[in-house]
Amino acid sequence: MAGKLMNAWAAAGEKPDILYWVGCAVALDDRAQRIARAFTKLLDAAGVRWGVLGTDESCTGDPAKRAGNDFLFQLLAHQNIQTLNAYEVKEIVTTCPHCFNTLKNEYPQLGGTYIVWHHTQYLYKLVKEGKLRLPDTANGEAVVFHDPCYLGRGNGEYEAPRVLLRKAQLHLQEAPRSRDFSLCCGAGGGQMFKEPEPGRKDINIERTEELLALAPKRIAVGCPFCMTMLTDGVKHAGQQKEVRVQDVAEILAERLGLV
Amino acid sequence: MNWIPQIAFILVLGTALAIFIYHVRLLRRTILLGREAPLPGTSAQRWRQMLEIAILQGRMKDRPAASIAHWVIYVGFLVINIEVVEILLDGLLGTHRILAPYIGILYNIMTTGVEIFLGLVFVAAVIFLWRRNILKLPRFHTAEMRGWPPLDANIILWTEIALVVALFFMNASDQVLQQRRVEPYIQAGTFPLSQWAVPLLSGLSDDALILIERFSWWAHIIGILAFLNYIPFSKHLHIFLSFPNTYYAPITPPAQQDSLPQVTSVVRETLGLPVSGQGDGTEAPSVLGAKDVTELTWKNLLDAYTCTECGRCTSVCPAHITGKKLSPRKIMMDTRDRLEEIKRTIHQKGKWEPDGKSLLGDYITPEELWACTTCGACVRACPVLINPVSIIQQLRQYLVMEASQAPETINVLFVNMENNGSPWALPSEKRLQWMENIIT
Repeated sequence: MAGKLMNAWAAAGEKPDILYWVGCAVALDDRAQRIARAFTKLLDAAGVRWGVLGTDESCTGDPAKRAGNDFLFQLLAHQNIQTLNAYEVKEIVTTCPHCFNTLKNEYPQLGGTYIVWHHTQYLYKLVKEGKLRLPDTANGEAVVFHDPCYLGRGNGEYEAPRVLLRKAQLHLQEAPRSRDFSLCCGAGGGQMFKEPEPGRKDINIERTEELLALAPKRIAVGCPFCMTMLTDGVKHAGQQKEVRVQDVAEILAERLGLV
Repeated sequence: MNWIPQIAFILVLGTALAIFIYHVRLLRRTILLGREAPLPGTSAQRWRQMLEIAILQGRMKDRPAASIAHWVIYVGFLVINIEVVEILLDGLLGTHRILAPYIGILYNIMTTGVEIFLGLVFVAAVIFLWRRNILKLPRFHTAEMRGWPPLDANIILWTEIALVVALFFMNASDQVLQQRRVEPYIQAGTFPLSQWAVPLLSGLSDDALILIERFSWWAHIIGILAFLNYIPFSKHLHIFLSFPNTYYAPITPPAQQDSLPQVTSVVRETLGLPVSGQGDGTEAPSVLGAKDVTELTWKNLLDAYTCTECGRCTSVCPAHITGKKLSPRKIMMDTRDRLEEIKRTIHQKGKWEPDGKSLLGDYITPEELWACTTCGACVRACPVLINPVSIIQQLRQYLVMEASQAPETINVLFVNMENNGSPWALPSEKRLQWMENIIT
């Protein structure tokens, strides 16, 4: 157990190795909370000393920014930067690619410069350093990874989640539209919080159908919004019994018997 | 009376270049109506980006068939333009095949290269016409591709065919005249393609052949000069603008969206934080976001003029794929159409005066803007680094921050974020829920 709230670390006069920025969707959505549980168990297994902000964490401002409200974005961003700087945070890992992009690329101009990792990148680093050992027993279950736009296309990270899934002995499949030509789940740019414009089809249905055509046992995601959209898509197709939508961290934790 | 064609040539060339330069300057002036844009990164990084994306066409290969045909026309354009250098010199000096005596064997290599590409460009242009008009690739037949845009595309391809056909007959008739040792048709060049047309022409008189040769020569050069003056009004501008556009495209991560500096000042003041960055020479624009093209950055406007309407962006757009009204290509074409309107006013009146119309509203509707997921697929798909999302975002900023016209649920989102620091109306204590039995 090497996880504490940041104010507990501060009270003990210590600093954690890394701040885990949970992100609203992971912290507040009942299903997505399991991502945080799985991820922190992996951190514990690797002996990482981590901190969380708890009630001091708030939205990075990303949904407001993408929806055109730069005021609200900057208001939240400045407040978060004040919090992070007060704890003298240097390194951040987050389970949300939208938080990841905002913290990494958009906070520096506002006075918040940190080393920022997406959790799949950080887990891959722990594996490379030998701190996190993945099971070598064969599993071979078919899994397809859905690239989050803000991790893949937006920030060029395609390998980390794939290497982790392969190292966890799963049979990794590729969707016809994958990596830099992956198809969005339909949640980005504020879409998560509004009704879609009139059209023939919902984007998450289009994407889920493409993934289900590969007949995977699991759909792996790296974003809580993708998780919601694709889970809905799988339900829409009536395949929620056959196909599980899981975060990469959940799959790894499960393979290691941590959950 | 040898000097009459020379004078005619100089007049034609001079007029064509003068008109072209006028329109290039007008175009530049129109683009520079846009706002200043930050330019992060070093010039070395930018040159590399231009080399990879524009010169080496690093992204064209995403669609192999189009890429091969495009490479042929691209290289063909460069190779055939070597011949055009000679045509210009001959026209100015009243000579015929002036390079031949000076460059020896290189002349045969040059004419061979030109002839090979005459054939290849012809085939590639026919393939493009076939894909567009007979195969009817879906991306060439969306809603915005009606009227002028497909006509523009076909004019370009037919012009290219006409230009190579003119050179073909010029070379073919020249060869017969060379064989007959007619003055001034000196023995020069090898013509692996047009030699096949020699038997076809060998029955004609010297005069008829000279007429064909001269007509083809003039048709080619006048065709090129006319085409040059057509380009500023055509999607074909990409043959010039792809290079500056890839040079000036951001080298930052595609998902990064810069904060508005004038908002930063206000927010920092509100929070009682020291306000920095005053008086650094960059005038903060008064309008938040953009309603018209003049409020976009000049790079957005360069993007619009660089767009060649290939539609790769629209074909990968999740909103478009699922039948929404949004088409990233239309965003670029609308921006350009609005710019053309402004450009015409500058041409007629000497300056730009607001006409009560705007990009947002008169060209692009909120419905299109709100359909965007900001996934960046369009940005990735563009072979010349055009960014439709940047324009969409700035128009959204105007809608939200200036016009207060966000969709109702988006306003709920804003209220939640303000009150609860999260997109949902949930108490912050819920952030501790997942940690039960995990955190001590």
